[in-house]
Formats: sequence, C-alpha cells, structure tokens
Amino acid sequence: MNLQRRSLFALALAAAVFAPASHAQSALDAIVAKKSVAIAIPTDFPPYGFVGTDMAPQGLDVDMARLIAARLGATVELVPVTSANRIPYLQTHKADLVISTLGKNPEREKVIDFTAAYSPFFQAVFAPRALAVKSPADLAGKTIGVTRGAIEDMELTKIAPGGADIKRFEDNNATVSAFVSGQVQVIATGASVAGNMMARNPQLGTEFKLLLKDSPNFIGVAKGDDKLRLKVNEIIAAAKASGEIDKLCVKWLGRPAGDLPN
Amino acid sequence: MAAAMIQLDFAAVLVDWPLLLRGAALTLALTAVATVLGGALGIACARARTHGPTPARVLAAAYVELIRNTPFIVQLFFIFFGLPSLGVRLSSEAASVIAMTLNLGAYAAEIVRAGIEATPLGQLEAARSLALTERQVFLRVVLPPSLGRVWPALVSQVVIVMLGSAVCGQIAAQELSYSTNLIMSRNFRSFEANFVAAGLYLAMAVALRQALAWAGPRWLFGRSAPRGS
Repeated sequence: MNLQRRSLFALALAAAVFAPASHAQSALDAIVAKKSVAIAIPTDFPPYGFVGTDMAPQGLDVDMARLIAARLGATVELVPVTSANRIPYLQTHKADLVISTLGKNPEREKVIDFTAAYSPFFQAVFAPRALAVKSPADLAGKTIGVTRGAIEDMELTKIAPGGADIKRFEDNNATVSAFVSGQVQVIATGASVAGNMMARNPQLGTEFKLLLKDSPNFIGVAKGDDKLRLKVNEIIAAAKASGEIDKLCVKWLGRPAGDLPN
Repeated sequence: MAAAMIQLDFAAVLVDWPLLLRGAALTLALTAVATVLGGALGIACARARTHGPTPARVLAAAYVELIRNTPFIVQLFFIFFGLPSLGVRLSSEAASVIAMTLNLGAYAAEIVRAGIEATPLGQLEAARSLALTERQVFLRVVLPPSLGRVWPALVSQVVIVMLGSAVCGQIAAQELSYSTNLIMSRNFRSFEANFVAAGLYLAMAVALRQALAWAGPRWLFGRSAPRGS
C-alpha cells in the first residue's frame, strides 16, 4: 500500500519533470514572438539535406526550411537530426517543425501531426546487378542493410521473408558504408541516398530491385498544434500555386514535384 | 491544444521483452568472451612490458597506447567498416568481440602491470632460489597475488567494457542497446525504453561485479591472497 503510493508519487514526479514547462499555447505564438523558428533538417541525406564543402547545411529540405521561416517572418534555426531522432526532437520541443524527408504512416500519426506534402520521395531495395532479386521472396538468405526507424525499415520488415537477415544501422552513412564495404549484400534505402551512393561507387554495379513505398515528404508538427499546422499548410499551398516548390524540386531532384497529397 | 505532458507507458516497451532479453543475453555473451580473451591478452601484454625482451616491450607499449588513446567507437568502425577493404570481412558480432577484446586487453595490461610491479623483490628472490623457471616464477609466484592486488580495478574495467558495448548496436550487433533503439524506433517511447534499458544495464553491471568478485579469489588467485586496497 505504502509502496504503491510511493511508486505513484515517483511516477507523478517523473511525469512533472519531463512535461514541457508550459504548452497550452501553439508553438506559432512563440515563433512570432521570438521571430525565430527551430526546424529539424537532415544532414546525411543528399540531395534533401547534406553538408557542403563550406560545412553549411544545404539541400531541398534546407531550402524548404528557409522558405517556411521567411513566410513565418522568422529567422531559421536549423537543427541537424538523424532518421532515428527526428521525431523525439519534435516531441521534446527541441524543434518546432521537422522538415526531414519525413514520410507519413499511422504509427507516426499517433505521436505527431503532419502538414500537406511538400516534395516527392520513394524507398526501394537496391543490390548489385549480379544478385537476382525479383520479388520479396528472393530476399531469403540474403543480408540486407537498412537504417533503423526509417520508413524503408518498416516496409522492408513487412515484406521480408523469415529467412532474410535484416541488419539495422543507426544512420544512412552507416547503412551505405555497410553496403559499400560488402558487409551486407542488399540495401533498402531512399532513392536519393541510393542515387548518390551509385554515382560515387560505380564499380558496385548497383541497380534498383524492388519498390518498397512511394512516400511523399510531409512536414511534422507537434501533436495537436493545429494552429501551426494550418499556418504551414497555407504557406505550402501558396508555394505550390506560385511554382516555388516545383522550382525547388527541379533544382535538387531534377524533376518537378508532380502530384502531392494535401 | 497540445498534450499537457508526456504520458508514460512502460507496457508499450515491456511487451517487447523477448527482444530485450535477447539483447541482454548477447551483451552478456559478448562481454563474457571479451573478458576471457581480453584478460588473457592483458596479462600477456603486462608480462611483455615487465619481463619481455625489448621488441616485445615496444610492441606491447605501442598497442596499449594506440588503444587507450583512441575512442572505442572508432576502433569498432575501423574493424567493421575498414577491414573489409583489406579483404577481412567479419560479422557484426565477431567485430564487436574483437573490438571489445582489444579494448579491454589494453586497459587490463596497464592494471595488471601495476599489480606485477608491486611484487616484493624478496618473493622473486625466494622463488628463484628454489630453482623455479622464469615461467613458473611468473605463473605461480608473481601473477596470482598481482591479480589479487588489482582485482577490484580489473573488475571495474570489465564492467566499463560491458557498458561500452552499447555502441556495438551501431554496427547492427543485436545487443541490448540495439534492441532498445529498435523498440524506440517502432513505438517512439524513447523515455520508457531508455529507462528500461538503463535498469537492465544496472542490474547486469551489479551482477557481473558480484560474480567476478566471487569468482576471482576462488579460481584465479586463492582465497588467502591479499586483496587490493
């Protein structure tokens, strides 16, 4: 009885400590007041977000972050994140928005909210030409590298047969290194990562094998922050109408945005 | 309105207990192998540095300094991502064990060396006057009490290596932190998952310390050997 009460107290204390100080208001009010917005962006994901030779982040997501910040009338504070930690950053309010090639799925919708889509993306399985992979069943007995927690991890886990040996790595750099160094035979990753890897390692003879998912990118906002979400949706709709989003896609992906879901 | 506070949900993490258990088991297995191999390597290097010929001394010193002055994760990445370009391809688990063994070996060498150097000269003279070979002197007279003197420090180093194995998940070795990260990436319960993992690591570290404190005097240096202060 006493013990139970004490553990309840400990839980309440932990909850109080980990609760954000005051979050009754939308992050939008704070952004407008501070004239500064913290946006989580990738730095390991060219051409969406990567670090150039001048050590400054650049890419489609970075340009999009600057565009959104400009329309919000705020200066942008870029927060570099990885695939695995971008949602925790949003949940713990270390970032106001996540513009980090974030795909939408029901598991994620339970913990954060999404705006309209702002750019196209797809994930697939890639392997050397010599390796026969025509259907998911062919993955049995092969080692497959994937970045833990990324959309391709979820999709691959769904379709991979029991005999497939899935090796999950912390970030895209590790996943690509494992494939390039021959530690895994097959790689499941985003088209952009694969494109970049193939361009730098032509000797591997890597080719597209299986489509895992067509998943356009959405901007993540904190769960329940409708005010900020609707404001960002307005900005995206205007940027689509004015052709700015198409211009960004042509600049970084070599093709217009195409049809994006709202 | 945004959620007022983070709701804690430990059940969402504990439901994956087989994964956590498998992870904890691999962490212990990696640690067990690394402890035996790393301990032996450490003793060999300590002997080389104190009693060996000059080339062995230099070699052992170079190895110890190389390992002690570079981060563990860099050593691990070198073995897993670097060695394949030299044609050596190791599984995640093999690379983890080798990295942990090399790491423990270097630190253990210095700890054991301190124990050996604290051997009273009289004991050595007594042993030699009994016509024991140098090998017998080292294995029977010098080493056991030396291990006894430094045992607590050595046990601490083994615990540090076990906790350090958390980064082996980075090369897809499916140890405890790999399980934790996998669970976290599935249900986004990062606080709960890390809380549970921390509890498991704590329990494993305490158990490992107790087990080694029990095993050392029984099997390695005798109950009556002097303990380290």
